[in-house]
Amino acid sequence: MRRWTPYWLALPAWLWLAIFLVVPIAAMASVSLTTGNLIDGFTQTFSVSNYSDAIAKYSTQLVRSLVYGGVATVIMLVLGYPVAYWIAFKAGHRKSMFLFLLLLPFFVSFVLRTISWGFLLADDGILFGTLKGWGVLPQDFHVLATTVAVIGGLVYNFLPFMILPIYVALERVDPRVIEASYDLYASRLSTFRRVVLPLSLPGVFAGVLMTFVPATADPINAQVLGGTSNTMIGNIVQTEYLVNNDYPTASAISFTLMAVLLIGIFIYARALGTENVLEAAAR
Amino acid sequence: MRGKLGDRALYVYTWLIILWLASPIAVMILFGFNDKQSKSNTSWQGFTFKWYQQLFAIDGLTDALVNSLIIAVVSTVLATVLGTLLGLAVGRYRFRGKGVTDFLIFAAISTPELVMGASLLSLFVSANAPRGHITIIIAHTLFSLAFVVVTVRARVVGLDPSLEEAARDLGAGTFTTFRLVTLPSIMPGVAAGAMLAFALSIDDYVVTSFVNGSEQTFPLWIVGAVKVGIPPQVNVMGTLIFGIGVLLAIANAVSARRKTTH
Repeated sequence: MRRWTPYWLALPAWLWLAIFLVVPIAAMASVSLTTGNLIDGFTQTFSVSNYSDAIAKYSTQLVRSLVYGGVATVIMLVLGYPVAYWIAFKAGHRKSMFLFLLLLPFFVSFVLRTISWGFLLADDGILFGTLKGWGVLPQDFHVLATTVAVIGGLVYNFLPFMILPIYVALERVDPRVIEASYDLYASRLSTFRRVVLPLSLPGVFAGVLMTFVPATADPINAQVLGGTSNTMIGNIVQTEYLVNNDYPTASAISFTLMAVLLIGIFIYARALGTENVLEAAAR
Repeated sequence: MRGKLGDRALYVYTWLIILWLASPIAVMILFGFNDKQSKSNTSWQGFTFKWYQQLFAIDGLTDALVNSLIIAVVSTVLATVLGTLLGLAVGRYRFRGKGVTDFLIFAAISTPELVMGASLLSLFVSANAPRGHITIIIAHTLFSLAFVVVTVRARVVGLDPSLEEAARDLGAGTFTTFRLVTLPSIMPGVAAGAMLAFALSIDDYVVTSFVNGSEQTFPLWIVGAVKVGIPPQVNVMGTLIFGIGVLLAIANAVSARRKTTH
């Protein structure tokens, strides 16, 4: 009887994940290999032409998304690491207060945050409008609807997801290890480079994972902050699915995007062990 | 000496990042009080409480907010129940299929929202299912579920199995043991998972935009209104949600501190 307990416990969630995660992704794979349209219906042809067509048509946006996502992730790593470091080692008893302050933006809806950020960047908004009024900036200066605004928005929105896992990894570093390094006459720099940094790498991996995937696939920042030349792959999938109803093409793009991202993730996960990545991500 | 200087620089830097992250929130709160005359709400025109008094004056927006709250509550309950059970299974037992389960949980967390939404739409389209409340709840339960599993599992793994054995030795049945011993000790994990699920649901735009049909939620309504100009009521609602969330979090932290000091 007790032998079956874990199966009963797991069954409802298994069914949910199977029906609404595994089956749909399989269905999408199958749709991506069909031809036809919404009115005449789709027929299974197992032709890969959807993929080659979609990639040929949207390679610009696909590459742009990967570049935006990659650049934003690198900026987040550079901006976020020192913050995680300071909170983990120097904030003392105020650690939880600083973590709370970092998480404040999450009490505001993602969409609303992005719009407010766009607000701040608006050409005649309270920031640039004022600076232009003082004559500090030229009248034709603008940030909104440029690459800078979109990447800036991605960094703004996902930065805490980079800081938290790195903080967790650094928090777990035993201070005695660092002392030992000093006792052995290592300088601050080489202690950081040879002791602290390697120990924080699992956190860096988790942080990169938690920021790169959502940043690359995000449609909101490009839609709210970008112009027509900043369209990302997320916007394309939405348009193809919801406006053009071209399900085969949309499925093929989604699948290509997921394949590119998942191959990257699984190389990561293999190198670290799935459990570790998830644990680091959860804490 | 150089070290001290570096620490001070990092301290200032950390505050700058925090201020940067918080600045759009300040803008949101401020423009909820803006006495705007024109259609756009981008320049400051004077202070007013008008939008707080007319908070529910826009029917579509109010409906969207109510929808969001209903969907968040229902999907949180579903995800918490399913996720807690699965969290117990993977945290406590070794069983055939555990590897596949771990993989499924990992896949549910790492699948891009875009792909999740698009694939669910494929399913609903091919099953001819009408899109609305139910499909949104299904989707939200799906992406919250895995996060509940992860938080509950972390708690279950740290649990001392001898407590449950003691309960059984004292004659408690399976269900009584679960209710009186297991559940209270994993409760912080369950509560954290539930809060995460609620936050994910009420905030979701991407997945919802695929499966909503003609149903509106708070984030979808806002994005739809961007082109015509966001009404200040959105800022007010955002401000109120922010305030309630922060107060709850502080109350939670204070009560947790009380418990540990006593």
